[in-house]
Amino acid sequence: MIYFNNVSKVYDKDSVALDKVTLTVTEGEFVSIVGHSGAGKTTLVKMILAEAAPTEGTVFFESVDIHKLKSTDLTNLRRRIGVVFQDFKLLSNKTAYENIAFAMEAVGKTDEEIAGDVPHVLELVDLGQKSNHFPHEMSGGEKQRLSIARAIINQPEIIIADEPTGNLDPVNAYEIIQILKKINDLGTTVILTTHNKGILESVKKRVITMENGKVVRDDKEGKYTI
Amino acid sequence: MLIKRIIKSGFINFKRNGLISWASVIITTITLSVIVSIILLQAVVISSLTQIKDKVDVTIYFNVGASEDKIMALKSGIESLPEVESVSYTSAGDALDIFRARHEKDYPTIQALDEIGTNPLGGYLNIKAKEVSQYETIANFLKSDSTISTGAASIIDKVNYYQNKLVIDRLNAIIAGGQRIGFLVTLILIIISIIITFNTIRLKIFFSKEEIGVMRLVGASKMRVRGPFMIEGAIYGIVATAVTLLLFLPVTIWLGHNMTDFLGINLYHYYFSHLYTIFIVVLLSGVFLGMVSSLLAVRRYLNK
Repeated sequence: MIYFNNVSKVYDKDSVALDKVTLTVTEGEFVSIVGHSGAGKTTLVKMILAEAAPTEGTVFFESVDIHKLKSTDLTNLRRRIGVVFQDFKLLSNKTAYENIAFAMEAVGKTDEEIAGDVPHVLELVDLGQKSNHFPHEMSGGEKQRLSIARAIINQPEIIIADEPTGNLDPVNAYEIIQILKKINDLGTTVILTTHNKGILESVKKRVITMENGKVVRDDKEGKYTI
Repeated sequence: MLIKRIIKSGFINFKRNGLISWASVIITTITLSVIVSIILLQAVVISSLTQIKDKVDVTIYFNVGASEDKIMALKSGIESLPEVESVSYTSAGDALDIFRARHEKDYPTIQALDEIGTNPLGGYLNIKAKEVSQYETIANFLKSDSTISTGAASIIDKVNYYQNKLVIDRLNAIIAGGQRIGFLVTLILIIISIIITFNTIRLKIFFSKEEIGVMRLVGASKMRVRGPFMIEGAIYGIVATAVTLLLFLPVTIWLGHNMTDFLGINLYHYYFSHLYTIFIVVLLSGVFLGMVSSLLAVRRYLNK
């Protein structure tokens, strides 16, 4: 589904974010990418979203070279990917309901579809009572659950969660991972970046370990070994 | 559906941005006020120039006893010039009556006039040109061969254009220079105001740059991201237009009451009689300014 072919990203001579990374993520997988800060995890994720372009190599989504896409095609690609960020990246002047509705509007859903689906997904992440709250009126865990709700609302083929538990306490972090596992059980591919050891042990899925921009381990049912 | 959503989002954003929205409205109001001030100032300048132009004319004084036929032939010749607005003829008799009326209380002068017994004054033609700059053309016509050949030259005593030439030329230069400077000042003021407004809106959108990125990441099209900002910009323009027009109401009332003599025009009457035009100009400027500023500011963050 996603294929990194010898991808490097060099910001300057002394800052190599990715160094000849080659890896494949197949459909329906739950892949955790681990490593210290600066190992290249976030750069890897940014490449999939075309937020950063590789200095060398190619990144494919199915058979499409992501970085050769035109603006409109890129917009269409992003609609097939749900993203969860460590800092939530919610729209601050929109309510919980509107944040999710916006993602649906972006893909051209009708008002009726939005009115039918948004309350449902808010219930799913246990935010049914908070639909009229703005992000600044919500806790970290609630914001992250809202962020997941927004990521899954359009039933994307892949969910990318970049350090989704980084700003959360252990209880909320555990809840978020359980939601991501459930999403994966329903058939959606999940790519999770983290450096939370406890989380990985509860996931028991493939783990890719990165160090200094390189993939140093790729275990089918990995553990945190750094 | 997309347009409806964009418009709705624009209104909601305007409402939710609270103080920031009002700050942008205030800055846009200042820009629109500059535009209205310039419109009013131009009205004052145009009115003053018209009054000055009205005071400029050329008079042809004829010799005493000049034949009325020849004067009338010259008059119709002058009237046929495209530069001429009007020509009025004052006969020798009328000239005397006017002179007497003007010097009614100047007893020695009237007495001297009575002693002469005959009318010492000739008739004259008063010529008004359409433009101050055209008096020279008219003066040249009087000197031209065709005019001289009709015998007009023999009946002309003097043409005051040559006495007034310096004043007319200077006035011409002042009017032309005034118009050029006025245009430049207007242009500079408008450009400064636009830059200030543009930067205020840009600053407001700068604070939304992360949200713009998030909108793109969740798959929103450029139009879906840009649209609400442009609608918000248009709302700044509409609200600022209303505020500006209301602000100028007491200002023009005061100017109309207190400054009409000084300015030579009642700005309150002018403002109301031209309110529709001013409204259209200000509204279009405000909406255009708001929308284009937003469009340019958002474009920076919409690269991918």
